[in-house]
Formats: sequence, structure tokens, C-alpha cells
Amino acid sequence: MLVHIDQEKCCGAGSCVLAAPEVFDQRDEDGIVVLLDAEPPADSHQAVRDAAAVCPAAAIRLEQA
Amino acid sequence: MATAAQTPRFVHPAARGGCPFDPPPAYRQAQQDEPISRVSLWDGTPTWLVTRHEDVKAVLGDARFSSDATRAGFPFISAGARQLSTGQPTFIRMDDPEHARLRRMLTGEFMIKKVEALRPEIQRIADDLLDRMTAGRTSGDLVREFALPLPSLVICLLLGVPYQDHDFFQECSRVLLRRDASAEEVNAAQRRLADYLVGLTEAKRAEPDDGILSRLVARGELDTQEIGAMGRLLLIAGHETTANMTALSVLALLRNPDQLARLRAHPESVVGAVEELLRYLTIVHSGLTRVATEDVTLGGVRIGAGEGVTCMVNTANRDEREFPDGDALDLTRDARRHLAFGFGVHQCLGQPLARLELQIALNTVLRRLPELRLAVPFESIRYRGEMLVYGVHELPVAW
Ligand code: HEM
Repeated sequence: MLVHIDQEKCCGAGSCVLAAPEVFDQRDEDGIVVLLDAEPPADSHQAVRDAAAVCPAAAIRLEQA
Repeated sequence: MATAAQTPRFVHPAARGGCPFDPPPAYRQAQQDEPISRVSLWDGTPTWLVTRHEDVKAVLGDARFSSDATRAGFPFISAGARQLSTGQPTFIRMDDPEHARLRRMLTGEFMIKKVEALRPEIQRIADDLLDRMTAGRTSGDLVREFALPLPSLVICLLLGVPYQDHDFFQECSRVLLRRDASAEEVNAAQRRLADYLVGLTEAKRAEPDDGILSRLVARGELDTQEIGAMGRLLLIAGHETTANMTALSVLALLRNPDQLARLRAHPESVVGAVEELLRYLTIVHSGLTRVATEDVTLGGVRIGAGEGVTCMVNTANRDEREFPDGDALDLTRDARRHLAFGFGVHQCLGQPLARLELQIALNTVLRRLPELRLAVPFESIRYRGEMLVYGVHELPVAW
């Protein structure tokens, strides 16, 4: 699985960090999403899918590798 | 298929039914047989009513639906709400890119890491309030003594607003949130609150502290009026919502003793419990409003440019397609897809703070008041049906 984020679209709600903290974080200065792991291990795929589903701004895109 | 010409189903907001935790029957009926339907507002203007989870998400996530209340056709829930749109706008009523520019000045303030660092302080505030409430007494009003002061103290601290002014700003916000307030009343309350925050912003310019208002001044990108408007939005949004969620959650738990016992026995499950309570109670019960900026076809219905849309997050959060057995409060449910904080780029900015406050408030009340119960018959509780944010006016409890 490949994870793509769009920092332009991100509205800093933080839902992705709650769903998958090992993959997403928030930038210190403005709370905008940062990607910690663009190719997360299989055991976090469900959490990443949850994160993408709850993202209010459609800023997370998943690509099945 | 619904069309813009059809007769409105009912006047929105419609009356509540028997269960105070459930959305009014008229909306549930609409969700069943005409999920995107026409209703009329207080002044007779029509609005589209969107009731399903999937459709509400689609509207709130679609930039063709505008939050700009100065656009023709924007649906207002009341005369007061229309009056509000004529004042200095805040970013909750703006579209991107202007909305994003302003919101991003605050996203860093409410991000999870930053909010998590407030945990000890919020816990201390919760404990202090309960110390005071329980000292030498065995009953009291949980709204006035705990649920309302907790988030008020926290948002005051964050903004740099003196808490001793709480009678004043809470009185203003009560008027602004009353659906039956006249345009004149709303105008007066809005003006007083705006003047207050502009005055406070000027004071921060002269003597900065480490609150959000002072940081906005230091950024140098906004004038005093704009900072005052932002402060006004944060002050109101930051205390009324969490206060009402706290008290209504406690009431809902008291009515569902098995769920309450479960949470009391497993305080670590409070994170998921709060999501389920947000879903089940959905206190933003009057709907989120937008206006279409172009023709959009949604669920087989054509919504024309310039037509108002009202998204009922409360019925969306009970949608059986998304939440099977959705009318049951089930603290073990994975409720994270709820729309109680909205959806799209306007989704609640303060949600990490609201979550933390609710988690601390509920666990602290349950831990410290093992004998907690209602001090009056359930039937005598007064609900905030007439307010933009639902809840209870007071919650007399004994312990
Ligand atoms: C349980 C508590 C809360 C609930 C249910 C709630 C609900 C909501 C909802 C539904 C919206 C979306 C409005 C729309 O789309 O038109 C919203 C926006 C907002 N909320 Fe909250 N809220 C809560 C707590 C808070 C707190 C504690 C704060 C503040 C510090 C806050 C600040 C805001 C702000 C600033 C917006 C506007 C965001 C934007 O337009 O980009 N809220 N809230």
C-alpha cells in the first residue's frame, strides 16, 4: 500500500492521527498533516484505510501497490 | 424524484417527539421515504433537507456547496441567524481560499499534540469544580457547577479571556444561540460581544500574554476587528458545545445504567465511548447549512444553483445503513465515522479539545461520584429544543 497526502487540501482536523498515529502526524507549526510512513506495513493497513475514510478534506489517497 | 417546485414537507425546525435523545420524527420519516426533500424555513423560504449519512458527507465535502451566508439563497434557521450574517463574518461562514487562510492560523493551536499537553490542566480544573460542587452538599446542578464552567475556563485560558467575565459572555452566547431571539436581540448581543473582544484584543496589543489572541496579534496578519471576530467564534464554539455534550452525555448514561456501569468499570474505554455519545446525541441538531453555487445532482435529485441546503447530521448519525441498530446507545460500537463535528473543510477545528474535555469530564464525574443519580424525575428535565445547540437547561443530580 502506498499512501499519498495532500497538504494543500488538509484542514488540520487531526482525524488521521487518531486513526493511524504510526503513519500520520501533524506539523508542529500549523497542525497540517505529515506522512511518517508512505509504505506502511500490512498490520497497519486497516488503520490507514480508516484514516482515509474519516479525513474530512479528502487529503489522503491510497494506492494498492 | 424531488423537484424544487414541490410543496414543502414541513417547517424546519420541526417539533421533537417522545424520546429526548432522538431526532424529531418528521426528519426520521423524511430519511425513510424521501431522504433529500423540500422543507420550508420560518419565513416560508424553501430549503433542501439532506438526511442520510452518505448524502450529508457528499454535500459537506463538496466545494460547490458554499458556507458563505452573504450569498443569495443561503438558508437561515431563524431571523437571528440571518441577522448574524450581516456582521463581521468569521471563517465558519467563508469559503476557501479565504477560509483556509484564516483557519490555518489556528490549526496549530488545536492540533492533537498541543491539546494533549493540556490534559493535566483540564484534569485539575475538573477536580477543582467537583471539589467545590460536592463540598458539604449531596446534590446540585451539574450544568451550572461543572459542565458549563469546565470548557468555559479552558477556552478562556487558551484565548487569554478573563474568566471573571463569564456571566457576560455566556449571557451573550445564550441570546445568539436562541432560535427564537429577534433580529434586534441578536444584533445587540453580537455587538456587545464584538466590542468586548475587540477591546480585549487591543489590551493584548498593549500587554501581550501567552494566549491565542496575543499570538494572533503578534502574527501581524490580521487587524483588530478580524482578531476580535475570530475570538468571538472560538469563545462561543469553545464552551457551549462541550458544555451541552457533557451534561447530555451524563443524562444519557444515567438512562442507560448498563452502559454507565461498563464505562465506570473500564475508564480506558472512554475514548470510544465519547465517539458513540457524540454520534448518538448529535447536539448540533438544527442542521449545517450551505448554498449551492452551481447545479448539482445528488442522490437523483437536482439541486439548483442558489438553492439552500440543510444537512441534518443528527439523522445522518442514526442512519441504519451506516450504523446498524443506530437508535441504541452502544459504547462498544466503532462510531468514528459519525458526523457530529461535521465533515469537509469546515469540520470542527476544536474537536481534539472537545474530545479531551469530554473524556476527562465523564471519567472524572463517574470516578468521583459513585452514587450519581438524578435528583428530579426524568420527565421534569427541560431540554434545549429552542437552542441551536441541543442539551439540557439544568441537570439536577445527587451523589
Ligand atoms: C462537543 C463539542 C463540539 C461539537 C459537537 C462541535 C461541532 C461543530 C460542527 C458540527 C462544526 C461544523 C460547522 C459547519 O460545517 O458549518 C464545527 C465547527 C467549528 N468548531 Fe466545533 N464543536 C465542538 C466543540 C468545539 C470546540 C471546543 C471548539 C473550540 C475551540 C470549536 C470550534 C469550532 C470552530 C472554530 C469551527 C469552525 C471551523 C471552520 O469553519 O473551519 N468547536 N463544530
